[in-house]
Amino acid sequence: MTHPFLFLQWLVEKLKFGYTPEQLADYGYFNHVTYAWATMAILILAGFLASRRLQKHPEGFQNFMEVVLEQIERLIGETMGPKGRTYFPMIATLALFILVSNLIALIPGFMPPTANLNTNAALALSVFVMTHAIGLKEHGLSYLKHFTGPIWWLVPLMLPIEIIGHLARPVSLTLRLFGNMYGHEIVLMIFLFLAPALVPIPMMLMGILVAFIQAFVFTLLSMIYFAGALEEAH
Amino acid sequence: MDYFVWCVITAGFGMALGVVPTSLSQGMAIKSALEGVARNPGASGKVLTTMLIGLAMIESLAIYVFVVAMIILFANPFTEFVVGAVAH
Repeated sequence: MTHPFLFLQWLVEKLKFGYTPEQLADYGYFNHVTYAWATMAILILAGFLASRRLQKHPEGFQNFMEVVLEQIERLIGETMGPKGRTYFPMIATLALFILVSNLIALIPGFMPPTANLNTNAALALSVFVMTHAIGLKEHGLSYLKHFTGPIWWLVPLMLPIEIIGHLARPVSLTLRLFGNMYGHEIVLMIFLFLAPALVPIPMMLMGILVAFIQAFVFTLLSMIYFAGALEEAH
Repeated sequence: MDYFVWCVITAGFGMALGVVPTSLSQGMAIKSALEGVARNPGASGKVLTTMLIGLAMIESLAIYVFVVAMIILFANPFTEFVVGAVAH
């Protein structure tokens, strides 16, 4: 709707890949999936290129990726403590995936897969499930104490509040990322419609900022949720 | 068709009402963060990180309003019902 031209959609419509015309007509609904795959391909390629010739004294691309991952690891150490090191792969994957899919919007003919509710809901739900999996793994059944509050007779009050609070987490994660990316897309589209030359460029600069901040916020919030599941009930 | 006119008006006014308190509170957050940094420049990194998280949390409220406005404008659940009622 907001994109006049999408490269991968154009490619599929040219090459057809044995799809029927009806399937091709519905293809526009699934752009976020193909662009999520494109993001994954970029990330896998980056990982492959960075780890192809591992050296003791890293140079070039390997050096760059090591710096990026070290920063993420330092952030995990600051917010989650030493126990959080175990969940580094998941958090780094989330951070890099969201960052690359936000930044992919800057390439003409590409859309960010995070500007669709479904991609974000998938990410937020995996964080939600992982939070409780971590809690159950760390504390066993006494993880339920996280939901019951400090005193036993407060349970009827605390339990619904905690459950609503936990259910609100994926909703807010999803909507924050979706609203930011989609809102930015719409603003860009409106500016492009009003004045095609030069005017959208400041908005695109702001888009880079938004991409970084939103990726950072999503990662940081999932880290805080994981840390909340890791700590003892209070 | 009055229904759709009111939809557009609601979306616009909802956005305005949602944005005003959000921008005020974001301004207050940035103000206190800047004061903190001016008093203690050494803590600027930590203050900046915390401020960014806080700003994103505050901003998400305006984003919710935006999402609701977009639902009203582009994915209105009552569109078919209203169009059907008008056709009758």
